[in-house]
Amino acid sequence: MKLTLKIWRQKNARARGTFVTYRMDDVSPEMSFLEMLDSLNKKLVEENLEPVAFDHDCREGICGSCGMYINGHPHGPVPAITTCHLSMRHLRDGETIWVEPWRAKPFPVIKDLIVDRSAFDKIQSAGGFISVNSGGAPEANSIPVKRKNADDAFDSAICIGCGACVAACKNASAMLFVSAKISQFALLPQGRTEAKERVRAMVEKMDELGFGNCSNTGACEAECPKQIKLTNIARLNREYYKAY
Amino acid sequence: MEKMNSKIPDGPLSQKWTRYKASARLVNPANKKKLEIIVVGTGLSGAGAASALGELGYSVKVFCYQDSPRRAHSVAAQGGINAAKNYQNDGDSVYRLFYDMIKGGDFRAREANVYRAAEVSNQVIDHFTALGVPFARDYGGTLDTRSFGGVQVSRTFYAKGQTGQQCLLGCYSSLNRQIKKGSVKMFPRREMLDLVLIDGKARGIIARNLITGEIERHGAHAVVLATGGYGTIYYLSTLAVNSNASAAWKAYRKGAFFANPSFVQIHPTCVPQLNEYQSKLTLMSESLRNDGRMWVPKTKNDPRPANEIPEEERDYFLERRYPAYGNLVPRDVGSRAAKERCDAGFGVGDTKLAVYLDFRDAIKAQGKKAIENKYGNLFEMYLTITGIDPYEEPMRIYPAGHYTMGGLWVDYELMTSIPGLYAIGESNFSDHGANRLGASSLMQAAGDGYFILPNTISNYLADDIRVPKISTDKPEFAEAEKAARERIEKLMSIKGKQSAASFHRRLGKIMWDYVGMTRNEAGLKKALEMIRELQAEFWKDLSIPGSAEDLNPELEKAGRVADFLELTQLLITDALNRKESCGAHFREEYQTPDGEAMRNDKEFAYVAAWEYAGEGNPPVLHREELKFEEVEMKVRSYK
Repeated sequence: MKLTLKIWRQKNARARGTFVTYRMDDVSPEMSFLEMLDSLNKKLVEENLEPVAFDHDCREGICGSCGMYINGHPHGPVPAITTCHLSMRHLRDGETIWVEPWRAKPFPVIKDLIVDRSAFDKIQSAGGFISVNSGGAPEANSIPVKRKNADDAFDSAICIGCGACVAACKNASAMLFVSAKISQFALLPQGRTEAKERVRAMVEKMDELGFGNCSNTGACEAECPKQIKLTNIARLNREYYKAY
Repeated sequence: MEKMNSKIPDGPLSQKWTRYKASARLVNPANKKKLEIIVVGTGLSGAGAASALGELGYSVKVFCYQDSPRRAHSVAAQGGINAAKNYQNDGDSVYRLFYDMIKGGDFRAREANVYRAAEVSNQVIDHFTALGVPFARDYGGTLDTRSFGGVQVSRTFYAKGQTGQQCLLGCYSSLNRQIKKGSVKMFPRREMLDLVLIDGKARGIIARNLITGEIERHGAHAVVLATGGYGTIYYLSTLAVNSNASAAWKAYRKGAFFANPSFVQIHPTCVPQLNEYQSKLTLMSESLRNDGRMWVPKTKNDPRPANEIPEEERDYFLERRYPAYGNLVPRDVGSRAAKERCDAGFGVGDTKLAVYLDFRDAIKAQGKKAIENKYGNLFEMYLTITGIDPYEEPMRIYPAGHYTMGGLWVDYELMTSIPGLYAIGESNFSDHGANRLGASSLMQAAGDGYFILPNTISNYLADDIRVPKISTDKPEFAEAEKAARERIEKLMSIKGKQSAASFHRRLGKIMWDYVGMTRNEAGLKKALEMIRELQAEFWKDLSIPGSAEDLNPELEKAGRVADFLELTQLLITDALNRKESCGAHFREEYQTPDGEAMRNDKEFAYVAAWEYAGEGNPPVLHREELKFEEVEMKVRSYK
């Protein structure tokens, strides 16, 4: 495949960024998108030019490290996958591909396609936990959990914290991310004890960090690589009302 | 030999841990907050340890190279986590879990450590459940389990094919609770460059801030390495591409013994390599072998698609060779059996380096819905990667590097041969012998972190309550920092032509070809020679653009590859020394007539712990004899 890449290059948070054009003549449709970037970087390194910086790690869609805007979509044009699972066979020969970092104020650019997502960790440490000490847990089967609840909690708990929801949202809202954790714990008896404190603390932190409000557009759900549902946001709102 | 005291407590096996806890020294709550502990790594063991130590009141500093502790590679574990709950009434017990692990590890693990891992397994499940980990449940609301390889009971707790992710997020949540409390301080995007010793004790680390390039000094009363394994020596493996051995390797070079480095697990069920650009191999969980059947055609180079090959022309090679365990043989056995069929010319797919894992019969018997409930996300992932729908056609799979049983040598207290330096989780060697059973890595990592280390570290720190905060102005820190800077300088100044990744890829190929699922003396020696040549080339022709005072992924990679080039030589030295076949270490010279591993208990029933002897000198071998008080060493058979 032959491709024209327009990649956002930015030295650091303070520097001005710009799109740089790279032409690739020997891309195999069997490569993953990140492997295509690897091969570009290999060439750059061999010419002693700085390679394109991007976050990545497990390359199997579960760690949540990778994430970039590809042709206007977080994680690229294919729904329900992370960037590392995007294959070049999903793109067209001869295409011009625009690659950008997440664009959201609470996620400042560190370098090129790498952004600072530590705001997500701050929200989680505000209340995304159940307060139980090691050794203080009751026997695992002493509290039965409805299978449906356990399954629904799982469906919320699979969020990988990649940030695509925030990047997709015109308000840079973190509601889908926060609601996934709130839902997981709200659905389990173990999480009910602290439900009120948790939702207050997490929402307060989310607001403080500059994430926007939800206006029910649903772009987050459409772009989420793990298909976290919008109904989580409804549950978050319900939990929030109950907490005051 | 003082350094090799394994400190196994007296008394019967089942009483050792209880007795240890009853007699270990404690640190009073007021003194705990004056004691600082560094934890490197935030997987199940690291985040677990940091949480538990924070709960106890110690001042904990945690480091990880990722942007968030939630991304540690424990996240990718799929199938499950074992515990001896016996919820199924199928005869399980702590003893049976212990025995399965000892046997699964081919009698090369330390009995007392393994028993303890089995003993704390139930606490781990209780704790994760209380933390809100959404394990699979039955209709009555109780926890469900499934079976894994190498055992005949159902003791594996799971959250679909994402058990590692769910357990890790549980650990991440307990870590966050301590961060909020202020007992734990988190340092993400840091890479440990060196260990700092003062008067022979571990007292801190040198770390590089991966964003600014700044070299930092961090002092502590004790240092805990929870840095995972070194499976990325194969370049292509199921590990995260940035997983590395550098922290453990630096500790080795500072005097920590490295034990059984040649014990590397090759996992049988992975998506095969599809092309030469590939950067990673994806695991297909062992849990799939609960319902999937492995087979190859009975005829070589059979051109027919899988579904057109009739039943009688299929060779279900695991069921044929191992009727007692069938498709649920342990990983080392399964991997070698698949390799044997492919080497004999029965492999499938374009490369002929693949076998089928077929769900046809399970779908027929249980319905598509049931299979989807159990493995839905794995099937989807397989479809995404290969374009083949496993509901319609069998998966094609092949073994890949996955886990390292070898690691830093530790005693019963999980302390390395350096006082005050601990190694937990995959980074130590102690519990899995020569082969790890499925779903026991999450179990061991969480057990080490939450329940074992917090009990053993106080026994050491009790002596340190009068030691003030460790000052990083001491000359030992300055020296270590200088050495770290010099090495970066040396890497940056090569100014050659080739990328670190290209060296890594070539190293991986050598390791896979000569030091993979089977090994022989000539091949090992050849690999050693090739790696030395590659290493020389690396230090002459490496290219790292950019600056060291900036975010520079090429510099990070180069440091890791430089360490792999050293570690692999130790690994091969160990493989050459161990003239027997055991578990995953299969020396072609030592096998039974029907191709099974032939152990040599007379000469090799020991842990090989290697001591660094300085640049250019051969490492020194220390032997920890393995004494089995409770079990009898038997030929490991799954037939």
